[in-house]
Amino acid sequence: MNAIKKLGVLVLLMLMPAMAIASGAGVHLDKAPVDLKDKVSLQRGAKFFTSNCLACHGAAYMRYNRLKDIGMTDEDIKLLLPEGSKPGSTMQAAMDSNSAKLAFGTAPPDLSVIARSRGQDWLYTFLRSFYADSKSPNGSNNAVFPNVGMPNILAGLQGGQELRVESHDGRETKKLELVAPGTMAAAEFDATIGDLTNYLVYMGEPAKLVRYRLGYIVLGFLAILFVLVYALKKEYWKDIH
Amino acid sequence: MKLLNELIGWIDARFPLTSTWKAHASEYYAPKNFNFWYFFGSLALMVLVIQIASGIFLTMNYKPDGLFAFASVEYIMRDVQWGWLLRYIHSTGASMFFVVIYLHMFRGLMYGSYRKPRELLWIIGMIIYLALMGEAFMGYLLPWGQMSFWGAQVIVNLFSTVPFIGEDLSILIRGDYVVSDITLNRFFALHVIAIPLILVLIVVAHLAALHEVGSNNPDGIEIKKHLDANGHPLDGIPFHPYYTVKDGVGAIGFLIIFCAIIFFAPDMGGYFLEFNNFVPANPMKTPEHISPVWYFTPYYAILRAVPPLFGSQFPGVVAMGVATVIFFFLPWLDRGKVKSIRYRGPIYKVFLTLFVISFLGLGVLGTLPSTPALTWVARVLAVVYFSFFLLMPWYTKIDKTKHVPDRVTSR
Repeated sequence: MNAIKKLGVLVLLMLMPAMAIASGAGVHLDKAPVDLKDKVSLQRGAKFFTSNCLACHGAAYMRYNRLKDIGMTDEDIKLLLPEGSKPGSTMQAAMDSNSAKLAFGTAPPDLSVIARSRGQDWLYTFLRSFYADSKSPNGSNNAVFPNVGMPNILAGLQGGQELRVESHDGRETKKLELVAPGTMAAAEFDATIGDLTNYLVYMGEPAKLVRYRLGYIVLGFLAILFVLVYALKKEYWKDIH
Repeated sequence: MKLLNELIGWIDARFPLTSTWKAHASEYYAPKNFNFWYFFGSLALMVLVIQIASGIFLTMNYKPDGLFAFASVEYIMRDVQWGWLLRYIHSTGASMFFVVIYLHMFRGLMYGSYRKPRELLWIIGMIIYLALMGEAFMGYLLPWGQMSFWGAQVIVNLFSTVPFIGEDLSILIRGDYVVSDITLNRFFALHVIAIPLILVLIVVAHLAALHEVGSNNPDGIEIKKHLDANGHPLDGIPFHPYYTVKDGVGAIGFLIIFCAIIFFAPDMGGYFLEFNNFVPANPMKTPEHISPVWYFTPYYAILRAVPPLFGSQFPGVVAMGVATVIFFFLPWLDRGKVKSIRYRGPIYKVFLTLFVISFLGLGVLGTLPSTPALTWVARVLAVVYFSFFLLMPWYTKIDKTKHVPDRVTSR
């Protein structure tokens, strides 16, 4: 009984940070459809990433030939290579960071481990939350990352969004509304950003593809070993009373 | 076999091999009633070995340079064969070292393992704990992420609050006016050679002291009081093979948890590897919320709970220092007639429970941004934390203790 009470207190204490975060005022994040087993989605994400994001951002710790991890062939990878790059090269931004800084006010961050610092749901929501804002120098803003330096390069695909602030019982809720259609339907755009997020999660930690599988093998081995060492201990200790 | 015996004989004539083995393993008598809590000593030793072994291989690929440190960690994670595993073993090992050490210390509190004649054993253990904190703090700077940088900045700045010499002291530690490449290099040197060397030496001293006085046990009874005809304790059993096989069970059980973290949750939701540490260190950009890694947060919460005096944070720094160093005095603060919690009265049990709650509570608070309400909670918990120690001479003396049996009870 006593032990149960102590456990209860412990669990309560451990929940405290979660409760504090839950009560904090943050933007609601949509759940990213991340599935690292879906190689086709990862490949679509990789193609989208190399043909769009790498224009301004780099991924300086990611090598092109690493994309074999997600089932791409040497031929596939060659098609993604910018001029002057080898399959073993790391992914560099097409734009140099000084001119990017002049254009956007801040250098676009390297995206190698962006999924690890920001989190997958944040990225998925951020990339879908740009809206037109005449007050911003580049004409757009973001509901997740206010006054972000990145212009809304996705507008052509997603269409134009506007921010609507609604008031219910004195509570303000912010909503984004599609006002002009893009080349993609809403579901198609979400799926594309889902693929991209999936790829960013993979790129943040390529080892994730093997880590779980290896983990089951290691834990299986340890479980068997545990039974054996426990039996050994029992055998030695049977005459100790 | 004959050849082996001859070889051992040859060595024994020149080196105390067999006698050392006997003194510390096959004829070192340990109480037979060790319970779950007695696994953590050998586990701490195992984690130390894991950290040294994984650390050697990380050192082969890491670059202690402000320009390359962050990139070299990602190089280890991606391009070095099994590098990601080495890194996760080492980062998980750091946190698990503190889990094990905190449980090991809690065992000492429960069963009065610091009491006479084990005062020096306890003090050496506390020195290990302090060295470990230094080791962890310096190691945390090496990945050179935002939390590495700003965590180090905040902690080193604490030293600058010391009156008169503070400014010079913090410059001496950093080697620069801010945390920089110079700081990174010296922390690397201290992390990979200076402190580990000290750690290994004092761990050996800890074991030597333990084997001199003998192990305490959950009953807090001296087994050396009752000897058999051969002069061996009646309630003792040779460490080898009995405790080597038993600690083996503990080791594998621990490794199951350890590997589950490494393979399935190496960042432990941001507690073992903080999310913000995947952003390279940037001296121009202060993160919104700086918090140390979880194992330092109880002390960090105490630091923040103490109000500044004449605009100086020094009182908080002193409180934080006292909160760690006060453990050293336990052997003399405790006036109880019995050692083990099994025979202590209700007052001690209440105080120990409150202490555990305050320690965990402060730990949680230290991870959160401070608000006026939470600061007051931290103040209350800090008072509880210190009362456990400062009121100890009083409450252990008046506590109603139970009768302690002559011989250990099997449980």
